[in-house]
Amino acid sequence: MVHHDEYHIHKAKILTPSFYVLLFFTVLGFLLIGVRFVKGIGAVSNMSDGYPWGIWIAYDVATSTALACGGYAMAIIIYIMNRMKYHPLIRSALVTSMFGYMLAGMSVMVDIGRYWNSYSFFIPSRWQTNSVMFEVAVCIMAYNVVLMIEVLPAILERFIHSETTRFPKLKHYALIIYPRLDKVLIFIVVLGITLPTMHQSSLGSMLIIAKSKLNPIWHTEFLPLLFVINALYIGYSVVIFESFMSSISFNRPFESEIQRLSKVIPYVTAVWLFVRFADLWYRDQLGAAFAGDYNSWMFITEILLISGGTFILMWRQYRTSPRMVFISAMLLLIGGGWYRFNVYLLGFKPHGNWSYFPSLPEFFITIGLVAFEILGYMVLVKLFPIMPKLHKHEAQTAQAH
Amino acid sequence: MKTTRRNFLKTAAMGGALIAAPLSLRAQEEITANENAVGMLYDSTLCVGCKACVTKCKQVNDMAAAPAPTDKDRLWDSPPDLDYRTRNIIKLYKEDEDGKNWAYVKYQCMHCVKPSCVSACPVSAMQKEEGTGIVFYDKNKCIGCRYCQIACPFNIPKFEWPEAFPKIVKCDLCKFTNLKLKGEPACCETCPTGAVIYGKRKDLLAEAKRRLAANPEKYQKEIYGEYEVGGTNVIYIAGTTFENLGFPELEHDSAALMSEHVQHTLYKGFIAPVALYGFLAMVALKNRKTKQQVEHEHETDHELEEEIKKELKHKDGGK
Repeated sequence: MVHHDEYHIHKAKILTPSFYVLLFFTVLGFLLIGVRFVKGIGAVSNMSDGYPWGIWIAYDVATSTALACGGYAMAIIIYIMNRMKYHPLIRSALVTSMFGYMLAGMSVMVDIGRYWNSYSFFIPSRWQTNSVMFEVAVCIMAYNVVLMIEVLPAILERFIHSETTRFPKLKHYALIIYPRLDKVLIFIVVLGITLPTMHQSSLGSMLIIAKSKLNPIWHTEFLPLLFVINALYIGYSVVIFESFMSSISFNRPFESEIQRLSKVIPYVTAVWLFVRFADLWYRDQLGAAFAGDYNSWMFITEILLISGGTFILMWRQYRTSPRMVFISAMLLLIGGGWYRFNVYLLGFKPHGNWSYFPSLPEFFITIGLVAFEILGYMVLVKLFPIMPKLHKHEAQTAQAH
Repeated sequence: MKTTRRNFLKTAAMGGALIAAPLSLRAQEEITANENAVGMLYDSTLCVGCKACVTKCKQVNDMAAAPAPTDKDRLWDSPPDLDYRTRNIIKLYKEDEDGKNWAYVKYQCMHCVKPSCVSACPVSAMQKEEGTGIVFYDKNKCIGCRYCQIACPFNIPKFEWPEAFPKIVKCDLCKFTNLKLKGEPACCETCPTGAVIYGKRKDLLAEAKRRLAANPEKYQKEIYGEYEVGGTNVIYIAGTTFENLGFPELEHDSAALMSEHVQHTLYKGFIAPVALYGFLAMVALKNRKTKQQVEHEHETDHELEEEIKKELKHKDGGK
């Protein structure tokens, strides 16, 4: 299971202009988080008793954890479907997943009112296993730990191969831990597939209880199934997106594995679209879905984005063009995220006169946390062996540039 | 890949559960209120809108005043709606401004027979008291996730948005205050016209039916809360429609039961997740072996092990 020769440290300057831009937004976000903790949630957000969940939940938790499903989706392909050729992509996917779930975790701590009581989750007498939220919370906490363990080998390798003698103790421990971790890592990896299957589906189940508030276009008992499939294609799209972005911003050639990966996506989205429409038909909601009102347009947008992305990837000539692959991945990311927003916010209408649009500070807290996530990723890949090693011929072309 | 039949069946557990959960025949367990469940009956036709119950509720439960925005002296308590300072409120429905057709309505927690907030709360901060069926809140367990607010079909739990250390606020039938001291909730104790009365749910339901039967022309035919979301312990009778009084039209099935049904199908005894893990681990281990064989040929594995051994030896020798 040792694939130490597949990855390398991206050797580049850490303190780039984009680093400072991201740092600015991170600091701004954290200042506003400070305001939230001193003056209360009402002081920085537009949430209300009618819309008790805003973008901190709809984006930072419900959508961002899907965007962080790259590690999950890749692990299924690599370890379960046994396509080892994709293995070089797993580490960067795992690191993005780690930061994505960290973002969700931090956001939850900002969002929950009585954060000092969160130890309640560790007191069995308080466990409430009927609660979907309980399953989601425990599962996401566990997965955060799993992701950190999965990323650990990259960190250890760095110390093992370090030439400087600055941290002799660290190197010693790394040498001891690494082979042992390597032996059990497969069990952690499998846990890293099981846990997201559980909590990604539960993220869908979460809104089942709000039946009178969630529009019937989205409210169905198939929410868990739809959410878990949605997480998969978002996961694959995000791996493509991320590889494309790093090939641009880090001046690396486009990874050839990505194009092969794009073949998988239409199968996944086709299943999703089938379940989505079959469910609407079964519940007799197709009419409402195409009625042409606000909710209907939100639904149509969601479907157009997802089927558009799927359509492009069905054609071989498009799959060979990195640009088209990137465009379709973007369509699927936005469409998949749109679906989650529909379920958590746009299709949610409580009884009475309530409305919600996020406030500026609310936006900037989310942006700050996302900036922090990207910042962490950019620093980590420049310190530890995470990026896939360039293939020989690709390396040559890269040098020629 | 060799898959035994048993293992195949095991995977079917989780994969299938996600599909089976919604389709499986739901033995919609009958939601029945406990014999001793207590609640309130509010008769809109008797209410004169004096709001004594609003004041008394605040007094007894130590709630802050909610002055109107125009009230510069901040002398008056005039809450516009239920909020974190107001557990109970009287509102007025008017058909038009000349006021021929009007009716008062009282809002507070409905104390559902199958409360969604209790089903939603991850840490048992919302609870339904055994026997009485009173739905109450424990701030010492609450994490402030506001899932109870999402879940409640009546939008009853309120959150202290302006507070740095907020809590959820909702009616608990004065469980810790008036009910404990005087045997009935403050609003019922103080109501001068008997528009809201306290009692066992079955008695209140019988009383409501008696009033409806005695004066069929005065009342709407339905008793709001008799069947809504599986029934509520606070029930309403009125002269005008419940839609006019601002109540949502709700199904008789409980969404909390639906949610628990899906959740229990997926997680009962934790069988499906464990089966999924076992199956995935088996496949992954099998794949790993073949991968290792391949790698053995390349001897990369071997090389690193040697490298590590050498390093360790080197270190030990150096000491």
